[in-house]
Amino acid sequence: MTPPAPVIEFRQVGLTYPGPPPVEALRPCDLVIEPGEFVSIVGPSGSGKSTFLNIAGLLDKPTTGTYLLDGIDTTTLKDSDVTSVRGRRIGFVFQSFHLLPHRSALENVMLAMTYNGVPRAERAERAREALACVGLGHRVAAMPSTLSGGERQRCAIARALVARPSLLLCDEPTGNLDTANTATVLRLLETLHDGGMTVLVITHEPEVAARGSRTVAIRDGLLSEQVMR
Amino acid sequence: MKRFRTGRRGDPAIPSSVFGARDILAESVAGMLQRPARSALTTLGTVLGVGTFVAILGLTATTSSQIDSRFNLLSATEVTVEDVAREQDEFADAAFPDDADATIEGLNGVEHAGVFWSVRLPPGSTVKSSPVGDAAVGEKIDVVAASPGALRAAVPTLAQGRLFDTYLSETSQPVAVIGSGMASRLGITTLQTQPAIFIGDTPFTVIGIVSDVRRKADLLLSVVVPGTTAEKVWGHPADAGTKMLISTEAGAARQVSELAPTALRPDHPEYLKVIPPPDPKALRTSVTSDLNQLFLLLAAICLVIGAVGIANTTLVAVLERTGEIGLRRALGARGRHITVQFLAESGTLGALGGLVGTSLGTITVVIVAVVREWTPVIHTATVAAAPVIGLVTGLVAGLYPAWRASRVPPAEALRR
Ligand SMILES: Nc1ncnc2c1ncn2[C@@H]1O[C@H](COP(=O)(O)OP(=O)(O)OP(=O)(O)O)[C@@H](O)[C@H]1O
Ligand SMILES: [Mg+2]
Repeated sequence: MTPPAPVIEFRQVGLTYPGPPPVEALRPCDLVIEPGEFVSIVGPSGSGKSTFLNIAGLLDKPTTGTYLLDGIDTTTLKDSDVTSVRGRRIGFVFQSFHLLPHRSALENVMLAMTYNGVPRAERAERAREALACVGLGHRVAAMPSTLSGGERQRCAIARALVARPSLLLCDEPTGNLDTANTATVLRLLETLHDGGMTVLVITHEPEVAARGSRTVAIRDGLLSEQVMR
Repeated sequence: MKRFRTGRRGDPAIPSSVFGARDILAESVAGMLQRPARSALTTLGTVLGVGTFVAILGLTATTSSQIDSRFNLLSATEVTVEDVAREQDEFADAAFPDDADATIEGLNGVEHAGVFWSVRLPPGSTVKSSPVGDAAVGEKIDVVAASPGALRAAVPTLAQGRLFDTYLSETSQPVAVIGSGMASRLGITTLQTQPAIFIGDTPFTVIGIVSDVRRKADLLLSVVVPGTTAEKVWGHPADAGTKMLISTEAGAARQVSELAPTALRPDHPEYLKVIPPPDPKALRTSVTSDLNQLFLLLAAICLVIGAVGIANTTLVAVLERTGEIGLRRALGARGRHITVQFLAESGTLGALGGLVGTSLGTITVVIVAVVREWTPVIHTATVAAAPVIGLVTGLVAGLYPAWRASRVPPAEALRR
């Protein structure tokens, strides 16, 4: 029996923004992330963490190298197929939540099932489950403006989970949250990890990084592995 | 369920992103309703454009159906023949023979026919109700000489008295028939006293007051005397200008107008020019063209303004919602799905404006028709086309912003 393909496999993946002046935001690097890993990505501001995450999340195409996601070579795919892979296999959590302000929590979560072929009839039920899973079962009808910061981020996590992705990418998910809310969100991410989800978290904060089973450090676009344990 | 699928199917291992028709509709309605006041204002131009369009076409249809019915009643039964002998031969005599009336009245389908002309009074003569003074009412009043047939062909409605008949005409009696407006100007209220009027110095007995005529409305403002009497008093009509008015049975006008010149002057039919009944279509287009083209142009301008409004709002929405676009791209939406969403939004705005405009336009037509006591007529094609025009306006307006929206790179959009 062949072992399952790594979720992420970078082969000399790098990205240079054309500029001018050109910025080598990510220098060519190799990286393998296996299913079920919890990886934290650390580094100073402007070091290239978001660039790395955008490539991993198929929001940006690397300018060099080959990126395999779940064994699929994404660098040779058509744009429309890249979009389809992104919609079905990757869940995103952003620092600024990106909840639609005029839609309820439930509708925001349902939005994640609009483009990947989930029948309309199933969506509400699945969104309700996902919200219950992040502890927001009682606030399904709430508008984002009436949710607290932590609740908003949990709603965004529910949205990222509801389409059952194989990879959860979080860009500073606790950057806008206070300590108490940070703890809740981190506990939630850990629970997901325990359930088998592959999680990548960008963070500035050492205590967040400490939760990860693996830590990847980026400095000036250069990726290096820190083995914490 | 039918789904909106874009692009060719790529790798079968990768199921395509989809955007179902019901999702498109739901997203566009939600997008429109999230700023209801702005959406309402945005549609205003389309409402006005489509409303004007419907109102103009409806009013045109209403008035031309009005003209049609009037035309069928009257115009199709009227023929006028003019004496153009002098244009053909400057030494020619009057074109109408003495028995003109009898000749034409003998034709099939003719009800009444007769010659008439405007009498040229000697300079200084006026029409008065007494032989001296009273110049106030002696302003220029036309005197028309007409045969009894011509008078009847005008279909007058008598308020009092009677028309002059063949006997009075053949004996050249000094009698006159006047319009009711003329009568009050001349101070004549009753015919029982056998009132007289003076044309120049010649007295005429007023034997009839006409309250209305169906043809030749100018007769109401004239004094009509028998042609024979006019010839006796003022002589033969000096130069051409004699005409013949023929009233026919419904539908016979065209045939009568073809036969009349030959029947009257078998030797010189070209001396007579027939003014055929007006063509209903020509009449309608002449009514339609002038003013309505202007209004249709206005409607088009309103539509353009409406389109610019929608384009502007959609463009602003695209800029405002860049983050949302990035999010949707992250959730698996293709560029095309974004285009479709914004196009659907602008199209819905346009269609809604078109529907409201159609309703307002229709209401306008009905109100105008009711006030004028007409039958409101709006063609179904107009009502069906109007919301479509709104929809197309919205779609065209949304093209550029929607295209812009699809071009935003997802990573950049999410940074907002
Ligand atoms: N579109 C772009 N064009 C040019 N340069 C860019 C672009 N996006 C990012 N950069 C540059 O690439 C470098 C890496 O940026 P990136 O956003 O990945 O940093 P980061 O590690 O996420 O920083 P932070 O912690 O502040 O979010 C920076 O120097 C940035 O200025
Ligand atoms: Mg960043």
